Amino acid sequence: MSTLSLRLKKDLAHSLNCAALTPENLVGKSIPEIASLMLSDGRNQLRVDEVFEISGQPITNGLQTINFKDSSRKLDYLGAHITSGSLDITGDVGAYLGFNLNGGTIHCHGNTAAFAACNMAKGLLMIDGDTGEFLGGGSAGQRKGMRGGTVLVKGNAGDRAGDQMRRGLILIEGNAGDYCASRMIAGTIGVMGNVGIYAGFNMKHGTLLLLKKPALHATLQDCGMHTLPFLSLLYQSFSKLDSQFSGLHSQRVQRWVGDAACNGNGEILLISA
Amino acid sequence: MIINNIQIDDTFAEAFNMRATRVILTAQNLKWAYHAANAMTGFATSVIGCGVEAGIEGELGETETPDGRPGVSVLLFAMGSKVLMQQLETRMGQCVLTCPTAAAFAGINSEDQINLGKNLRFFGDGFQTSKLIADKRYWRVPVMDGEFLCEETTGMVRAIGGGNFLILATSQSLALAAAEVAVEAMKKIPNVIMPFPGGVVRSGSKVGSKYKTMFASTNDAFCPTLKGVTNSELSTEIESVMEIVIDGLSFEDIASAMRVGITAICQLGENSGVKRISAGNYGGKLGPHHFKLQEIMQAENV
Repeated sequence: MSTLSLRLKKDLAHSLNCAALTPENLVGKSIPEIASLMLSDGRNQLRVDEVFEISGQPITNGLQTINFKDSSRKLDYLGAHITSGSLDITGDVGAYLGFNLNGGTIHCHGNTAAFAACNMAKGLLMIDGDTGEFLGGGSAGQRKGMRGGTVLVKGNAGDRAGDQMRRGLILIEGNAGDYCASRMIAGTIGVMGNVGIYAGFNMKHGTLLLLKKPALHATLQDCGMHTLPFLSLLYQSFSKLDSQFSGLHSQRVQRWVGDAACNGNGEILLISA
Repeated sequence: MIINNIQIDDTFAEAFNMRATRVILTAQNLKWAYHAANAMTGFATSVIGCGVEAGIEGELGETETPDGRPGVSVLLFAMGSKVLMQQLETRMGQCVLTCPTAAAFAGINSEDQINLGKNLRFFGDGFQTSKLIADKRYWRVPVMDGEFLCEETTGMVRAIGGGNFLILATSQSLALAAAEVAVEAMKKIPNVIMPFPGGVVRSGSKVGSKYKTMFASTNDAFCPTLKGVTNSELSTEIESVMEIVIDGLSFEDIASAMRVGITAICQLGENSGVKRISAGNYGGKLGPHHFKLQEIMQAENV
């Protein structure tokens, strides 16, 4: 049985809210029913078959996969609210990829705009390309960002990655922008490349794991070199991921604690070879 | 029943329901893992006076422990969940938190969870850090040698305590030698511990006493020096009796350990000085689990 595929067939003038196109929402719907679903671009309602070329078999259970092909940065909220099943996306996507993700898997083979994994609570989000600002952050008005799950970015991340992150794991194989782990409450962020200025700004708890020495602001305080046994457990959890992070072994780290500006007890760990 | 000229009495060991947990202790090397485990399982021979019965179940290699360091697994048994929780926290705090390089992890899965490092974390005085890794919560407590790493909880399961058998021999040294052979063989069995010193107890007890304040007293029927003055179970040639007590996670685990221990003794033959194998019970009225010696030794998978 072939997988349900939605191929973007036109250039969109405005961003389109695609939150309705999840395996759970489409369970039991025939192809004509899927085609007639309405998607909003903020002003207009568009039928799914106006935007996408639909092929493959209908979804019969929420654990199945939907393929998005030739997607563009105009497709927002892909994979929003899903608790099971998976999305496989070829091409770039817009903002809020995996919004409120609460299970299942999303694999984006391209780049994403801002707010990927916003409010995420569970599941796995993989981005092969670059991602925008506020990766794993909270939506407007929320005082907590990502609450669980795993995000793996093979490319670079924009500013404020992990802003107000409460729990979970974000791994960035490339560079991260400014204010990485800002206002972080807990959880773990790993960055293999460079991080911009003000990493760990107003960090309360949590771990920012780095492989390259950051330029830190004054309120993150150097606690020296250490061998931390918990890293072996953390590395074991990386080992099941298709990521360069699975090759980490060294438990020898330089540790900074802060942000003292908010009486924080977060840590930045620089892995020593 | 007679095996290799050693008589197996037609009697049974009487055992009780208990609550148990397993903790995996790791350290920089086995030496320090054993230091932690020996401290944690010290003064834990009998629930009568120690609150908990505990022992080292076995060694674990680097590939068998959560953090990839050498370790040992420890089993703790108590008469109730409340006591087990209290004893576990006390022993973790005084014996494992204090032991250089030691870390502690849950060793058993169960719906019932009890605190392992959940309250120990407060020793960190606000500098402690939690990490949720693969759906398990760990606590990192800063200590003077670095960090004490401990899983938040461990499982608690229903178990059985008080499986036992008695070794009746012609001298004290021969009884002890046979007991040592049995314990060495039984140590290889998983899910059981022999909580007494060296796995052997010489002061088996009966319920009650002539003194009002005592609820257990010496098992005079098996005391060789009282053969003439009490209703003795001992024949004239028996000069010493040793007991091996077994706590286990299931009936089968204890039966298996008893079978292995008795078999090891019987293989020594009559020259070992062992004349009889018997067991301690209270007439079958107190403990719901009866380990019948002859049935255990007749089992096919000896």
